[in-house]
Amino acid sequence: MTRAPVLTVTDRGLFCPAGDFHIDPWHPVDRALITHGHADHARPGSARYLSTDLCAPVLFHRLGNITLETAPYDRQIAIGGATVSFHPAGHVPGSAQIRVEVGGEVWCVSGDYKTEADGLSTPFEPVGCHTFITECTFGLPVFRWRPQAELAAEINGWWRQARADGQTPVLGAYALGKAQRLLCLLDRQRGPVLTHGAIETTTEILRQQGIPLPPTILITPDTKIADHPGAIVLAPPSAFGSAWMGRLGPITTGFASGWMQLRGIRRRRGGDRGFAISDHADWPGLNAAIAATGAERVLVTHGYTDSFARWLTEQGYDAAPLETRYGGDEAEADAS
Amino acid sequence: MKHFAALYTAIDGTTRTNPKVEALAHYLSTAPEPDRLWTVALFSGRRPKRAATTTELRRWAGEIAGLPDWLVEDSYAVVGDLAETLALLLPDSEDGTDGGTLSDWLTRLAALAGQPEDIRRAAVAEAWSHLGGTERFLFNKLITGGFRVGISRKLMTRALARATGQEEAEIALRLMGDWTPATTTWDQLILSNDMDADTARPYPFCLAHGLDMAPQDLGPPDDWHAEWKWDGIRGQLIVRSRQHHLWSRGEELMTDRFPEFAVTSDFLPDGTVIDGEVLAWADNAPLPFADLQKRIGRKTVPKKLLAEAPAMLLAYDLLEDGGQDIRALPFAGRRARLERLTVALPDTVPIRLSPALPFTDWKTLADTRATARDQRAEGLMLKRADSAYATGRKRGDWWKWKLDPLSIDAVMIYAQAGHGRRANLYTDFTFAVRDGEALVPFTKAYSGLTDEEFGQITQWVRQNTLQRFGPVRQVTPTHVFEIAFEGIQASPRHKSGIALRFPRMARWRHDKTVADAGTLDELKALLALYG
Ligand SMILES: [Zn+2]
Ligand SMILES: [Zn+2]
Repeated sequence: MTRAPVLTVTDRGLFCPAGDFHIDPWHPVDRALITHGHADHARPGSARYLSTDLCAPVLFHRLGNITLETAPYDRQIAIGGATVSFHPAGHVPGSAQIRVEVGGEVWCVSGDYKTEADGLSTPFEPVGCHTFITECTFGLPVFRWRPQAELAAEINGWWRQARADGQTPVLGAYALGKAQRLLCLLDRQRGPVLTHGAIETTTEILRQQGIPLPPTILITPDTKIADHPGAIVLAPPSAFGSAWMGRLGPITTGFASGWMQLRGIRRRRGGDRGFAISDHADWPGLNAAIAATGAERVLVTHGYTDSFARWLTEQGYDAAPLETRYGGDEAEADAS
Repeated sequence: MKHFAALYTAIDGTTRTNPKVEALAHYLSTAPEPDRLWTVALFSGRRPKRAATTTELRRWAGEIAGLPDWLVEDSYAVVGDLAETLALLLPDSEDGTDGGTLSDWLTRLAALAGQPEDIRRAAVAEAWSHLGGTERFLFNKLITGGFRVGISRKLMTRALARATGQEEAEIALRLMGDWTPATTTWDQLILSNDMDADTARPYPFCLAHGLDMAPQDLGPPDDWHAEWKWDGIRGQLIVRSRQHHLWSRGEELMTDRFPEFAVTSDFLPDGTVIDGEVLAWADNAPLPFADLQKRIGRKTVPKKLLAEAPAMLLAYDLLEDGGQDIRALPFAGRRARLERLTVALPDTVPIRLSPALPFTDWKTLADTRATARDQRAEGLMLKRADSAYATGRKRGDWWKWKLDPLSIDAVMIYAQAGHGRRANLYTDFTFAVRDGEALVPFTKAYSGLTDEEFGQITQWVRQNTLQRFGPVRQVTPTHVFEIAFEGIQASPRHKSGIALRFPRMARWRHDKTVADAGTLDELKALLALYG
């Protein structure tokens, strides 16, 4: 007897027929379960939302006055004929994998995830399942991240050198997650951390919900960089090359993204330095995470899906690419 | 190799010219002399002896990393650089030791060339297991050749001039020719007073800028000389010591590829250097570029091809006359000497003077330019009559005034991701024209859009894929682009029956739909006119 799949892809997103809900839908639906607050996963217009409680403040900020229920990690919730629960994905604060069980069959949607603990997000926990829907933004063996501590030392070294050269270092990073992670890695004995408005807003939301984050100073039209000796600036990718950046005086730019692993992309960004630090799993991370689920079937989204599915097939999994519309934070940061 | 790696990192870490030149000048005045010589050689495109083929390197790296061949290939397709791909795929090094200077490594690699595979594989694997990060990447670059590090010949010349206190033009001349680190020394190449008498040494080519203003703004027509801009290969013909040499602009010796120039040493006096354009030529007119193309890839030329596509040098400048470097003379003077020299040649010598196009006002010249395609020319060259022959690309004296490209509006039907700097974007597209209800693919193009536009189209491709064929996505025919190109030829190998030269996306026509795209008949009409 063949059973209906636990999840299918409709023109609105990943859909669970037994529970009549979507996960991270790209068009408005009746009930949306959200893995995390990045724009490609949390979209406006749905009637009801469900997320982790840690994720809620960002969702309210980004989606406005939505009808949102929340749950802590690991709590089982019955929706129709399905049982769902959220599990830490380690991607950004509040990010989750979503486990869906229907009639004893378990599927897990990874959302975006990384396996290295960043000291800020609740660390990734593998979820046992029959079918694992995994992202693979960096699903090629050329993507292997160096340990966070090494990268932190490198970024702080760059900060020091920039100041010695009389320049203000401007570090580019996605406003939700990456920016706060970097903020925690910066050695504040060197000087204060100044922020672009987009980053300040997200940082303040996370602070408000009780996540301890080091102090930052918002750059306003009246801010004089010279009043903040030794400072480093955190800015989102969209600010690069803008008039806003032109007002900072002599600067040197750096960019923090997994894509910085590739020299070609490092050069295209036109920044002076690239740091390959990512909130997505690298090649060893993806392979370890998949193995840890015990899944037989793996569906892959975001990124090099064809290559990665073929690799998994050769490793003995029943694997295939799954066509979705995700890929919006780091996956696209560099295109936007 | 730490020194060299530091130099590389400094150059690679900035897009600004001055810090690059500074870093290189510093290196060229402090590194050991053999390393300096090798660095100049590598940065000017000279390769050490191959210790391994790229096929071997991929296989070895795949085996060591435990990855199937196809995944190494897929990775390479994304990264776009083999040396970098392999450096990233291989397991982390055990210790990150250095293993000696740049020239130590090159000596070691040279000794490996020609050894049995197991010995070469063991040596390369050993190096990979020790070298870390940048050093491993550079080691791979030394084997695979082709250092493109954003140091142009001009910047290297400037850095060398700064490091040695010599004139840039002098340095540029010294760097020309087919020296290798094995045939010369730092002292001989760069420093010594009597530059070695390399009879094959070419002069640095003078390069033109595209005309980016109204020609009237160039001043009185009398100050200018005009001629066709030929669509061939730039070449420098040297006759010295009763021998001839033919160099390409990319400083490749083409002497053997064009044996018809052997007679020139019988007719031109020793100490003659001519700058001109090599064309395939018959009946006093150029043949289509496609005929010349057949000759370019060939190291040796079969008789049949020699008869079908004989080469001709259209001479347009004289750089050395009677053994004297005359580049400092005004163009008009050099041209007069060139005319005297070529007029004396019999027709059997494949050299013709590139005709001057006299003109008294810019309007007439513009009309002449409009007929360039009839001459199989790309447009006009304008040269200031009193200008010296400059080293490299100098603004103001030489202009190319090309014809506007041909163009047609076409529909994008397939997309493929780029590599290297555009690895995460869809940048390589296949375009079609309409033929009744059908869409007939006729060209690929992958340049001409801004990064922002590529970002937009990438989003769109992801959401509008109809089918995948490996890395290629078939998309819903929706977007229309203006495809510009320089030439059009009949080609039985293509489904559409035509092939374009230098196709690129001139514009994304947001204002047009598939129904507004060009047709196969329009292309055929262009072919009939310009093919
Ligand atoms: Zn995300
Ligand atoms: Zn995502």
